[in-house]
Parts: sequence; structure tokens; C-alpha cells
Amino acid sequence: MITNLLSAGDLDRTDAIRILDTAEELLGVASRPIKKLPTLRGRTVVNLFFEDSTRTRISFEAAAKRLSADVINFSAKGSSVSKGESLKDTALTLQAMGADAVIIRHHSSGAPHRLAQAKWTKGAVINAGDGTHEHPTQALLDAFTMRRHLGAVGGDLAGKNVTIVGDVLHSRVVRSNVLLLHTLGAHVTIVAPPTLLPVGIDHWPVETSYDLDASLEKADAVMMLRVQAERMNASYFPSAREYSRRYGLDTARLSRLPDHAIVMHPGPMNRGMEITADVADHVRSVIVEQVTNGVAVRMAVLYLLLGGAAGESAEEEDSTDKDRV
Amino acid sequence: MSSYVIRGARLLGADPTDIAFDGGVITAVGDGATGDVEVDGTGLVALPGLVDLHTHVREPGREDAETVLTGSRAAARGGFTCVHAMANTEPVADTAGVVEQVWRLGREGGYCDVQPVGAVTVGLQGAQLAELGAMADSAAGVRVFSDDGKCVSDAVVMRRALEYVKAFDGVIAQHAQEPRLTEGAQMNEGPLSGELGLTGWPAVAEEAIIARDVLLAEHVGSRLHVCHLSTRGSVEIVRWAKSRGIDVTAEVTPHHLLLSDDLVRGNDPIYKVNPPLRSNDDVEAVREGLADGTIDIVATDHAPHPMEDKECEWSAAAFGMLGLETALSVVQQTMVDTGRLTWAQVADKMSTKPASIGRVENQGRPLAVGEPANIVLVDPSAKRTIDPRDTASLSRNNPYSGLTLPGEVVATFLRGRPTVRDRALVEGSNA
Repeated sequence: MITNLLSAGDLDRTDAIRILDTAEELLGVASRPIKKLPTLRGRTVVNLFFEDSTRTRISFEAAAKRLSADVINFSAKGSSVSKGESLKDTALTLQAMGADAVIIRHHSSGAPHRLAQAKWTKGAVINAGDGTHEHPTQALLDAFTMRRHLGAVGGDLAGKNVTIVGDVLHSRVVRSNVLLLHTLGAHVTIVAPPTLLPVGIDHWPVETSYDLDASLEKADAVMMLRVQAERMNASYFPSAREYSRRYGLDTARLSRLPDHAIVMHPGPMNRGMEITADVADHVRSVIVEQVTNGVAVRMAVLYLLLGGAAGESAEEEDSTDKDRV
Repeated sequence: MSSYVIRGARLLGADPTDIAFDGGVITAVGDGATGDVEVDGTGLVALPGLVDLHTHVREPGREDAETVLTGSRAAARGGFTCVHAMANTEPVADTAGVVEQVWRLGREGGYCDVQPVGAVTVGLQGAQLAELGAMADSAAGVRVFSDDGKCVSDAVVMRRALEYVKAFDGVIAQHAQEPRLTEGAQMNEGPLSGELGLTGWPAVAEEAIIARDVLLAEHVGSRLHVCHLSTRGSVEIVRWAKSRGIDVTAEVTPHHLLLSDDLVRGNDPIYKVNPPLRSNDDVEAVREGLADGTIDIVATDHAPHPMEDKECEWSAAAFGMLGLETALSVVQQTMVDTGRLTWAQVADKMSTKPASIGRVENQGRPLAVGEPANIVLVDPSAKRTIDPRDTASLSRNNPYSGLTLPGEVVATFLRGRPTVRDRALVEGSNA
């Protein structure tokens, strides 16, 4: 098992399925009256959030607490970061406080990698979203949700068709999803206006299309990405209405999906922009369930990164110390 | 001042011979020359003192990163006897007062001639021409003008600048970067920028400005210099412009000759530079361009930064890398050891031509009797493993850390006076 989770590309098929299977077991905890396991008792998990994201932060917080870890929330606002403290000094401070895992959300692409590679902290580093780069736990919870609805629990997503629609250029969700879905054997089609596709997308293991209607009929899952209205001002597309007409998911388009297909969205949604309210609340929408599954998947990640090999080696170090004494 | 004779050095890489100099002037070239101090040149290549057209010395304003003195000492260690100090200091070198201060600090240091570059526009703001004539007429005798770090992006301002400096034989050295196409840019735009989610700096943003500028230079009959050209398309545009007889010169940096954008994958901002490291195909294109003469010179773009501006996440880091102490080694590795340039051509591209573009009269001269004794002795058989701490610069942002590079400067003479001897700086050079 890996020691950090920086990129969905760090996970091979075995690791990915192990996380998803573990999450499957842990999902049951949420339905118990007492939603708590003792696994990470005495371990310290830091939520290091340089960017506002209440949803992701509380999901990680709930996951860590259900495993009995001590959770410290460190948000850039109201901390020394807003006074100009560097990422390095923040990390050294957390290290000095004995963080076993640092869950980092950062506006700068690559910041979690920098944190892990520069060895400013010894704890496990978990990427909770970095700039426009990656968001690996989102991809895991998406795959987890797809497995449950597409009859693939316990296995991979081989042969499944996943269509991802929207602002690919600025989306960390899509980068992680493409990597993980590829590892799990799914076939990914990306649909976006040409302005919102990155240069070099022909190197990605995906099919691309500018035509949403042509990409619906074979889809097992459709994932709508958030499109920020301010992209309009930067000439990525002419208007919100034109975007919705060409790339939004409405009931007419929903009706063209196969009967078993599910509708996903990483949230937060712009209702009326990339997805209509009817579709968001439709019986085939699994958007709320994605949130529930997020806690289970994050529990699995924390459990496997902190509770497994790392815990054993910590015990070994303890015994060595005793020998010396 | 002592007289010297260098015994048995390979003049521009040719057969071993002797070079004698006295009072700052070369007095004899050929077997049997004499002097008070004998310098063993066995196995060494003698080149004219190197001239850098593109150095950031950070003084005034950022003396924590580099000063004129420390930059000069780094230059001497790299074999340079003259550097052009870029104008993007704090305050900006956009007045006669600032350029004279930098020029004077260089003379006081005595490790190399420091030739200030004047800003094209007031405060590098791209709107109003700085007093170019006053800088040209100052003691510093400025001939190279550049807003380097920023592009003179307004076509009318660029046209006027190109025209105006004709009155004193100046040149505009353009940092070619279309600003709107590079807002927030972090690295070369290509497959890797898409994968890493870093905002791309597309080649076309450089090429579009170079294309516009060569056409402007042709239209008004002016001299244009292109700073740190980095893409295949830029090489092709300059090649086309030269074939039309347009008076354009171009430079490439050592790092664009050696390094490519796959280094960004590790997220270490030591590799963050502007223009960014490009693709391997671009690296090959700039090597070709330098070999066939499309690119006239190598210039370092030596850009010191304090540690904290590199020890951070990528997007927060400063652009730039050191270059003075490694430039000749990188050129040897990429161009000489590969058979693409002779040492005589290296002398042309790192001494003669840059001095000529900058109109520096007493630098970049031939190693011949009666010429100034600006000489560098290089040991091409040496191998150095680059250690960022082994530097005369105040900064450590060295992208070659850990690489083994060929060649080492054994001695540098500035007007007959050694600034480097036995591979080490001579302390108190001006004494």
C-alpha cells in the first residue's frame, strides 16, 4: 500500500480495489447507532485547508472521527498563513505537533506533492484537492458509487462507459477520475466546448467529443462538472444560456440515457447551468449518495494509510526504544 | 601590474601557443613570448573574456538575492569579463542616475565590467518611453534597452522605441511574451501542463511577439534583439527574418539548451523560469539554431532569488535560475562535446557577438597583439558535479544541482589582471 495519496495515478488496480472494498465494509458503520470504530485512537489527523471547502473538510473530519482519530482543523483564514507564513513553516509546525496525517487542500496545483517530496512533514499526506490538478478521494468516491449502481461491487469497472461533461480545463475532479477510471478499466468519454479542454488532451486515455447528445446513448454514468459563471467573462463560452443549451443536462437529455444509467455531480452544483433542478433531484441522480459515500471512502483511505503498515512500523520503533532503555 | 605569459594554451581551441600581456594589453602571441609571471596553459583552451548580454544583479533593491559585487564575482568564476545588468531593479534602471550607480558599483568591484541595460519604458510599465537618450549619454553609455521581465507589448510603444534608439545606435532587447496569452502562466503549455493542472505558457505567446517585432524592425529600419528565445517556432521566425535582411539578433540561455519541461513533473520550483523550460523538440531546435547562426549568442539570464522564493509551492515561487558560473560548461556539454560548435565559434557566440550587439568596444576583442587582455582559460577535460553551495552568488537557485558538467574555468583576466587564478577567485581584485 502507498504511504501518501497525492494522485489517483498513485493507485494501481489492487490498491484501488482494496480501498473500495474497505469502504464497502466501513459504509455499514454509518448506519449504526454508534458510528465509531477505535482503529485510529491516539492518532492525530490535521485538516490543512488553504482554500474554503466546507464539504470536503467535514467529510474528512467525519471520516477521521468515526475512526476515533484526534482531528485538528487548520484553515488558512484566521491563521498565521494569512499573515504570510509559508507552506514550509506551516508544515514544520504541524510536524512539531505530531501530525500522523496531513489532509491538504490548496489553491496551488502540486502543493501536496511539494509537501510530501520536500519532506517537510513525516505524516502521511492526503491530497484533498490541489488547484486545477487532482482530487483523488473524489475519484475514489465516484468509483465507489459507480460500482454500487452498476453491479460491480467487489470488482473493477471494466467495460463501463463513463461520460464526463464540462470544464475539464479547470477541473481537478476530472484529472483524478480519468486516471482512476482508466486503472479500473472503464471507458471514459469527455465532452466539453473546445475552449475548456486542455492542450494535450489527446495524450489522455479518453475519447473526446464536443457533442453531448451524441455521447449519451451508451453511457452507464454521466458526470456533470461544475462550470463557474466567471469563465464566461474570460471568453471560454459566450453566455450561461448558450452553455446550458449545448452542454447542460436537462430532462430531455436524461431520457436519452440507457435505463440503468446514473447521473453524478461532485458538487457544489450550479442548478440551471450545467444541470437542471429536475435532473439534480431525479431518481436517477446519485448526487446525495456521493456525499454519503465520500465519508466511507475517506475512512478507508485513512484506515489503510494510518492503520495498516504505518501503525505496525510505529510499534516496531517503540519496541526498539524500549530495548535501548 | 605584473606582466604575464600563458604557456601552451590552445588559442580558440587550436594548437598550443603562448600569449603574453602587459599593462592590460596583449603584447605577443606565439612561441617564445615572455612575461614576469608564467601561467601554465597546458591542456587549457584560451578564449576572449566572455560577455553576457543578460544578467540580473538585483542591485539596487534586492541585495538579499545578489549585489553588483557578488554578481560580478560569480561572473568572473564563469569566465566573464563583462555582464549587462538588466533594468528590472527596485528602483527600475530607467534614469541616468540609476544606470550610473550600477555602472560605478561594477567598476568599484573590479571583477568584471558591468554594463547597465536601461529600461525601455518608465517603471517597466510599457506606456511611456524612459529617458533613453539621457541613459545613452550618461557615464554608463547605455546602448541596450530592455523591459526584460516584461514585454513591451504595445505595438506603438515598441515601434517608437525601435525608432528612437537609432539616434545613438541603441538596440531594443525584447522579452517576447504576449501578456494576455500568458496570464497566470506557470509552465510550458503542452501535455504536461494539462496533466499537472498548471496554467500553460504557450509557445505562440513568444512567437507572435517576435513575428510582430521583426516586421516592425524591418518597417522602421531598426536593430532588434530577441531575449531568451525558447521555441522551435521562434527559431524559424528569426531564420526567416534574417533571410529577408532584417537587422535582428537573438539569444538563447544555457538552461533552454539543456533542460526541458519534463523536469516540472517533480513540482520543484527550482525549474520555474520565464520563458519556461520547453519540450525536447524545442531544445533540439534552439541547439540547431545556435549551430547554424540563426541564434547569435548565448546569454545567461542569471536570475538570483532568495531561498524562500523557491522553497514553496510552485505557483508561489519566483521565476528564474542562476547561470553565470555554469554557462560555459552547459555550452560545452550541449554544443562543443556534441561537435556542433568549435571553441572559436563559442568565442564568437559568448564574447565577440554579445559585445558587438551591446556596442561594448573593449570587450569581445580578438586575442591578438594590441588588443585588451581579457582572457579566460578553460580546462575542457575537467568534470564538475554541481553543488549549489559552491558559488560566489548570494543565491542558490541552481537548476544543475547534482549534475556532472564538463569544463572548468581555470583563470580569468580582466585587462591583464587576474580575477580568477587556479580555479578560484582572486580576492581584492581591484587592489
